Amino acid sequence: MDAYRLIVQAQSDYIRCIDDDRLEEWPDHFHGNCKYVVTSAANYREGLEAGIIFANSRGMLQDRVSALRDANIYERQSYRHILGPPAILSESGAEVRTETPFLVARILQDGDTDLFATGRYLDLYRIEDSRAKLQERIVVCDSSRIDTLLALPL
Amino acid sequence: MDQSSAQTTAHNSDPRQAWPSPGLTRVPYRVFQKDETYEKEQGRIFQGPLWHYLCMEIEIPVGGDFRTTKVGDAPVVVSRDHDGEIYAFENRCAHRGALICLDTHGKGRKDFSCVYHAWTYDTKGNLIGVAFKDGVKGKGGMPETFKMEDHNPRKLRVATINGLVFGSFSEEVPPIEEYLGDEILSRIERVLGRRKPVIIGRYTQVLPNNWKLYMENVKDSYHASILHLFFTTFELNRLSQKGAIIVDASGGHHVSYSQIDPDAGKSEEYAKQQLRSESEYKLADPSLLQGFDDYGDGVTLQILSVFPTFVLQQIQNAIAVRQIVPRGVARTDLNWTYLAFADDTPEQRMVRLKQANLVGPAGYISMEDGCVGGFVQRGIAGASNEEAVLEMGGALAESSESRVTEASVRGFWKAYRTHMGI
Repeated sequence: MDAYRLIVQAQSDYIRCIDDDRLEEWPDHFHGNCKYVVTSAANYREGLEAGIIFANSRGMLQDRVSALRDANIYERQSYRHILGPPAILSESGAEVRTETPFLVARILQDGDTDLFATGRYLDLYRIEDSRAKLQERIVVCDSSRIDTLLALPL
Repeated sequence: MDQSSAQTTAHNSDPRQAWPSPGLTRVPYRVFQKDETYEKEQGRIFQGPLWHYLCMEIEIPVGGDFRTTKVGDAPVVVSRDHDGEIYAFENRCAHRGALICLDTHGKGRKDFSCVYHAWTYDTKGNLIGVAFKDGVKGKGGMPETFKMEDHNPRKLRVATINGLVFGSFSEEVPPIEEYLGDEILSRIERVLGRRKPVIIGRYTQVLPNNWKLYMENVKDSYHASILHLFFTTFELNRLSQKGAIIVDASGGHHVSYSQIDPDAGKSEEYAKQQLRSESEYKLADPSLLQGFDDYGDGVTLQILSVFPTFVLQQIQNAIAVRQIVPRGVARTDLNWTYLAFADDTPEQRMVRLKQANLVGPAGYISMEDGCVGGFVQRGIAGASNEEAVLEMGGALAESSESRVTEASVRGFWKAYRTHMGI
């Protein structure tokens, strides 16, 4: 199967896992020594490294899920991710760099639905055993403003 | 009506402004809800004799650098002039009121020119040019009586403390050292003194609540180990730890700090209360909490607030400043600026990046603070005539070795009422 199709499949699986509230499966979309950062366009442009979320291991992603499930307090909510098609930026062996635009609507328990975030995924996929997994995902939100809080991952 | 309440009513010409009791243990919910309170705050608090955080000095290091910010509703330009000094002025053209500067920040400015009619200001905020001032071909133009020096945007007084730039619209504001007092100054010095900070991130959290609900939350050491499970379970902040609250004489500024006490076992008080805080929780990647002693004093947490709207935070190695900007009665911008230091080793810098997960809009221990103010704002929606209760730790607003207290919240209201005259 070609890389493009594997990546489209991986991205669809990724957003369905979050939007369907199967967060425990979310870290499986990453390699063990992965990097996952949620930042903003302004911070990214200026080279400011601190993210809204910053993880450099799959363990940290698992901890994010445990904290959301067991520790943090926030109102029940869900996302609906809508992705544009990924642009392949470069390919080198099993590694593929892509950029993918996203829109995320947030639905609160009372039904209020807002456009919560827009931006792009800057991804480095590594394909192993016919599966594209994330070595790196930098979530660059277009805005630096976050309404109330960012609980579920983007 | 009994005599004492009649006197109270007479004392407060507007009964809606009357405080329900002379002490500090009650707060009427209407102060979080009413337009007239918000408007009065803009004058008395945000343009009154108080200091407001504007930016970090390192954000405008050389002449021609600037940032725009807000003091309450008022937009403000903070500018480093070519004389090396920092100036701040209202971002409002003296002509017809348009914004003078549309950018959030920039470098190399010689002047600021309003886009509307090209009235131009130098980097100190002085009007230096009016387009077509002398008319065209002898016709039109400003009258001879018009003097540019009489038409400047309002200028702010500016003061810097350990690289923090503060400003005030008021000429009556006391010198900042006097305003803060020695205890608060020394605790700012502890975090920022003799070190060169660098900015590593900026985010804004839009809070669905009145600005004062966030400031109460910052000053509330009582909630920290109850609402924030992450904090407590990892013994970053247990009320039984060593620590204290400092409340300054005005009541408005505070410091809450704690030190991990390795000898302290699990506290019986927690078990008795059956709080959520007792639940088991383990990290898959504990490197998140493997920090270093930044200051060599074992203090793992220091939250410092400067009345009315500034917070300096050290939570382990996560250093940040927070600026609170009201955006309406029930909406507040919380501007986070994450800091590191220029002399960090790469390993120390990585610790700061990881521990930034503790704070901010997705912070393990500050996420809840983003929503709990909204829970209050919604909870009190039909209760303008009811009051909050602030009796934990007594009725005073003074320093305390116990953090099971609302002393610094009471302090906030003490300072607030002084400035508001209520």
